[in-house]
Amino acid sequence: MQRSPATAPTIARLIEAFHRLPGIGPKSAQRLAYHVLRAPRAEAETLAEALLEVKDSTRLCGTCQNITDADPCAICLDPQRNDSTICVVEEPLDVAAIERAGVHRGRYHVLHGAISPMDGVGPEDLKVRELLSRLGDATVQEVILAMNPNLEGEATAGYLSRVIGAMGVRITRIAHGLPVGADVEYADERTLRAAMTHRVEVERDEGTD
Amino acid sequence: MPRIRPIRTEAIVLRQRPLGDADRICVLFSPTRGRIEAVAKGVRKPLSKMSGHVEPLSRGQFGLAQGRSLYVVTDAQTLDPWPSLHDDVHRMTEALAMAELVDRSTDVDVSSGPLYQLLRHSLNALAETPSPPAIRWWFTLRFFDQQGYRPELEVCVRCRADVGPEANGYSAVDGGVVCPNCHGAGHGQRLSSPVFRLLRYMRRSSAESTAQVRVDAEASAELERHLRLSLEQALDGWLRSRGFAEDLARAETIGRSAVKSAAEREREEQHRAAI
Ligand SMILES: [Zn+2]
Ligand SMILES: [Zn+2]
Repeated sequence: MQRSPATAPTIARLIEAFHRLPGIGPKSAQRLAYHVLRAPRAEAETLAEALLEVKDSTRLCGTCQNITDADPCAICLDPQRNDSTICVVEEPLDVAAIERAGVHRGRYHVLHGAISPMDGVGPEDLKVRELLSRLGDATVQEVILAMNPNLEGEATAGYLSRVIGAMGVRITRIAHGLPVGADVEYADERTLRAAMTHRVEVERDEGTD
Repeated sequence: MPRIRPIRTEAIVLRQRPLGDADRICVLFSPTRGRIEAVAKGVRKPLSKMSGHVEPLSRGQFGLAQGRSLYVVTDAQTLDPWPSLHDDVHRMTEALAMAELVDRSTDVDVSSGPLYQLLRHSLNALAETPSPPAIRWWFTLRFFDQQGYRPELEVCVRCRADVGPEANGYSAVDGGVVCPNCHGAGHGQRLSSPVFRLLRYMRRSSAESTAQVRVDAEASAELERHLRLSLEQALDGWLRSRGFAEDLARAETIGRSAVKSAAEREREEQHRAAI
């Protein structure tokens, strides 16, 4: 990154640190750095502490492998949740997204990635063994595969359905089709095919005709 | 800077890798320009109009503009989505092996019409076939022929003697069949008569006819060994995507043994509870 000689080295260092974050370009990095510079000392302290704490006190939940402060995590400990279904996702952020939607009341399992055959990323590189150790007794009756609808997600779902199928556990995969807000005209053929395959009956309004 | 005219080309998407937060780099294979790396912007966002059109193992029509270092995909329209290569994980692994072979053996800006047609035809056949591995075998043999590694199947690669169907060897290093005499002298791996016949049949037949041939597990394992040694010679290494094929082959055994170890854990717990 270009550094103007007028920028003090300490500020330049902060700008560079921000610039290394995902999605932060040089301009945004500069804006953030000057924001911190002008902000009260307490705000900078809160930020610095939060940064260090996330490194020091987070770990993986020994059960679901999600990132957590306490092991087992809050979701694994929650007695209200249903033990008979596990929703398997690629990344911790996927758990957060599904939780925000409030559509799953069972447990989770985070793989921390997806199988990528051409990059040599296989099941051994993911938290697959940890998943299998949670199955096999009669507690879990359904595994919901919530992989991304791309080649890596399909490879991962294909592999897991073979392993888990051999364990005699029911496997489902979340449907894919048109996202809300999308245009049919721009959809690719595979998305349209999936949307057509999983089409649903339209309920007729009472009182018409 | 002079404005460079955008390119329009048909291409097969060989592979992708994520770039930054929302983009992907796609490796395209074009009949007229060979291997092209291009950025598809925003395709990891759910409302991207392009994402489904740049998936690996599909064929499409692409508009590309020259960016700072890479091309940028300006528009993409799928021609062959090959859904069965995505939905059936066994077909997918065979397709990935073919795509990886092409990815690793082609250069940027080299016209590669015959290899493109071979890949396109093989992926079409693979999408329909009842016997996915046979299409990859057929493809690999044609790939060798095109790339200058054509295995000799008519005469002994060491002494040039004509060969019959029995007692031969196969030498990947020497590039073909070894006669019984030379094989007896320690050259090549054993080449069984069914595999020898299958190799010759594949050379003169279509992918579709090759897929009709019944090949037992033993012959198929032997053929895989010969092809692997020859590919390692040609590529100077092995195909990464074959690792996934091996994982898949082991998947059901892993599942069954996981059930067994769960049952053992339960017995142990009951045992401990009883004490
Ligand atoms: Zn947990
Ligand atoms: Zn000989």
